[in-house]
Amino acid sequence: MASQSRAALEVTDLKLAYRVRGRDRIAIRGVTFTINKGESYGLVGESGSGKSTVAYAVMRYLPDNAKITGGSIVLDGKDMLHMDGDDLRKLRATAASMVYQNPGTALNPTIRAGDQLIEAFVIAGVAKGEARERALAMLGRVQISDPQGVMGRYPHQLSGGMQQRVVIAMALASDPTLLILDEPTTGLDATVEAEVLDLIRNLRATFGTSVLFISHNLGVIARMCDRVGVLYAGRMVEEGPAWELLTNPRHPYTVGLLRCIPRWGLSKEVGPLDTIPGFPPGIGAAIKACVFADRCGLVQDICRAEEPGLDPVGEGHASRCHFSDIAQTLPRAERDMVKRPPVPETARAALSIKNLRRTMTQQGNSFQALAGVDLEIAAGEVFGLVGESGSGKTTLARSVIGLGVPDAGSEIDLEGKKLAPRVGQRSLDQVRAIQIVFQNPDASLNRRKSVRQILGRALTKLTGVRGERRSRRIVELSESVRLDAGLLDALPRQLSGGLKQRVGIARAFAGEPHLVICDEPTSALDVSVQAAILNLLVRLQRDRNLSYIFISHDLGVVRYISDRIGVLYLGRLMEVGPADVVFSAPHHPYTEALLSAAPSLDVREEHRIRLQGDIPSAAKPPSGCVFHTRCPRKLGAICEQQEPPLLEEEPGHFLKCHIPIEDLRRLQKPEAADQAG
Amino acid sequence: MLRFLARRIALALVTLWLLSVIIFLASHALPGDVGRRILGPFADPRAVATLDHSLGVDRPLLVQYLDWIGGFIRGDLGTSLSFHVPVAQLLLRGLGNSVKLALVAFVIVVPLSILGGVVAALRRGTFIDRTISIGGLSATAMPEFVTSIVLILLLSITLKVLPISVQVPPDADPFTQVYHLILPSLPLVLVLFGYIARITRAGMIEALESDYTRTAVLKGLAWRTVVFRHVLRNALMPTIAVVATQTGYLIGGLVVIETMFNYQGIGQLLYTSVAQKDFPLIQAGVMTVGVVYLVATLLADISYSLLNPRIRLAGRE
Repeated sequence: MASQSRAALEVTDLKLAYRVRGRDRIAIRGVTFTINKGESYGLVGESGSGKSTVAYAVMRYLPDNAKITGGSIVLDGKDMLHMDGDDLRKLRATAASMVYQNPGTALNPTIRAGDQLIEAFVIAGVAKGEARERALAMLGRVQISDPQGVMGRYPHQLSGGMQQRVVIAMALASDPTLLILDEPTTGLDATVEAEVLDLIRNLRATFGTSVLFISHNLGVIARMCDRVGVLYAGRMVEEGPAWELLTNPRHPYTVGLLRCIPRWGLSKEVGPLDTIPGFPPGIGAAIKACVFADRCGLVQDICRAEEPGLDPVGEGHASRCHFSDIAQTLPRAERDMVKRPPVPETARAALSIKNLRRTMTQQGNSFQALAGVDLEIAAGEVFGLVGESGSGKTTLARSVIGLGVPDAGSEIDLEGKKLAPRVGQRSLDQVRAIQIVFQNPDASLNRRKSVRQILGRALTKLTGVRGERRSRRIVELSESVRLDAGLLDALPRQLSGGLKQRVGIARAFAGEPHLVICDEPTSALDVSVQAAILNLLVRLQRDRNLSYIFISHDLGVVRYISDRIGVLYLGRLMEVGPADVVFSAPHHPYTEALLSAAPSLDVREEHRIRLQGDIPSAAKPPSGCVFHTRCPRKLGAICEQQEPPLLEEEPGHFLKCHIPIEDLRRLQKPEAADQAG
Repeated sequence: MLRFLARRIALALVTLWLLSVIIFLASHALPGDVGRRILGPFADPRAVATLDHSLGVDRPLLVQYLDWIGGFIRGDLGTSLSFHVPVAQLLLRGLGNSVKLALVAFVIVVPLSILGGVVAALRRGTFIDRTISIGGLSATAMPEFVTSIVLILLLSITLKVLPISVQVPPDADPFTQVYHLILPSLPLVLVLFGYIARITRAGMIEALESDYTRTAVLKGLAWRTVVFRHVLRNALMPTIAVVATQTGYLIGGLVVIETMFNYQGIGQLLYTSVAQKDFPLIQAGVMTVGVVYLVATLLADISYSLLNPRIRLAGRE
């Protein structure tokens, strides 16, 4: 009998190819793994590794040009690859469900959330009359506030976290044997992500569902999975128990990947992040032996001649490497970093922001995106800005660069001189002095211009150089961001994400800026590429003694690169201080929650602090301290009535909280801080 | 929703007002005065002046405009210069006839082209898709007078399945009336089919490739349910907008077809009025077409917003 099988999912030697321009290009090169009943299995890998393809192959939902060329997929004892349409539908309705990366688009915009959920119950075999009650109960189980109200609402009326809860409720409607989660929290805010992950853990405990968890985030995988498989170029290169694999990796790729991550103790003072040189082989590349050989620091002749097997290296732990015993001796790819030039004690402020306010209107409601921010950034300093979406990070950056006019009374000074609110009213020197690196290099580079034209235009616009001198500067610029001169005539779409971002950085540096705003410059990139870009940004900053405003939702990244950090919440700075001080207790309760919510390889579950509910709307900010509605350390009435001032509690460390810093120090006793160190 | 409607109606009124100013100025921008144009180059200047005075066209432009638009608002459209009957009477009859023809064409083309677009999208890349797409486009590209003649020759003269004449006795039963309108509406169907089918096909393909369709399929719903419940509703939104803009063309833009078939619709009326320099009729005729156009667009906006909760519920928390 099928149901007596121990395995929920058995994928055996799965091979898959995409047919592109008349040729089959291999994407999955024989992947084998098993998920036991009740087990949570993580599949990690960078973009192009094939992890999502495997997931959709399991559901038999593949694009028309994809062809499974070999292997088998057995779900709950049933052969998925030889199944007719009706059986497949029944299986999807009852045995396997999926939760998607982007809940906003995964729900039908024209059907009420409740009706979409009810539909899932009906298709799973629940009687129509009963389905409504079951749906309501399920919304309760996914801990959505006001389930009755949510039933009647359309997806666009729900927040991202609520949308994902509805999708999860839908997936659990059939009490499936296998739940596939495809990057379910990518794109959600850290505190919301933490809630959703908690929810999935709890539900899994109750339902006993087996889980296939796809993620590029090793921190999330560490938190959610029992076992992990690492995919590289459509091949499983390492597999093992999650904690064991992440702390004792035995494949050079896993070793390298883990070294790329800016973990919490790590800062640029310690050294550069390690990177993985080269690029992963593309879809359809011909690979004769080891898939990782071309990028591996331990490569020997045998690696190019003979493919290693996935051999056991420990209890349930296997690695596809000829040298798995010495994998951890993988030489570092990055040499030492440029030493920091001494910043004089009397460093003048490069940027000074006083009482920055910005009132915006959205659909007739006006709200304060920034509610009085004061900030000084010294020359040669990297200032990190963290906060959830809607906290005002981007509005702040836009005001500094001169897009979007702040309210009257706001003042922004650059090197002692007042900046006009609009970029068009600023002098060329001032425009040149402040430049920005955008989050998405795809969208911010002109698709029809070559790299040379993009850089040339920036140079002419900002510095006025032309002709021979301009050509020389283009080459110098591309060298400074380590962009091969051979790529200068390429169009952006011919470049990988990391290379595109290098062009974006070179463009920002064309005018020799004094202050560069980095707005989530690495959040669209894979970790190994992110590491290289972060190293580059640090090197450029130190070479030229520049100031950065570095915006990111990834706390590890911000901690790594920043000298000082500011934490924004609903347009207000809640805490400002040196990076290491902000990251170790005592912190503002909001910072504390943010740090604890972030999935990382360094924080253990039992110490997590959980924030309740979504971020309040900026149009109706809570009275008193804006954080009091979610604050786990709320004192009482005072927090609801009076807004605390931002006070310097220790030298250089500012907090906006009614709780005295000594109490915070006592409350936030060492445990969490110790682990972070 | 009410605020949305109110805004739309206000916008439509502003558009109508602009239209009235443009028509009024355009008909007064022509060289020579009205009396001369009516009486011809050899008329006695005194007769011209007398006619000008009796028509009121010797007054200042603003006064004339206010007089005209005031009458328009009260429903007094003036008297036709060439037919010597109230303009309203002529327009009403023409409009009635045009609406009949448009309705017949609509009833044939809308379901047909939507079906065509949906089928093409569902069978994307196949022979059926190519036939519908290319055939539809070719038909759209052909001028109406060509298709009209071919259709008359084929259906009416050679095969004798449809009557060539559109004139039916006024007391004829509705069935006979519709039967006589099929032939003139076919060229319109040919013109519109490719256009509507193409938009529908594009909307369908976008909806079929969306994440919510993936969700619906992976829920285990039958393909039929996925298409009818999840895809169509989202896919047809752009089609509605296109259909509405074509309404204006169908009622008022059919100069060629109505002339070909000698059908007394508003298009033919406008054509005659221009040929006869019948200014009150031109002005009122264009305004009427404008009103029809705006009402059609308004109806489309309303049905669009009924299908799209993001518009319907905008501004509500």
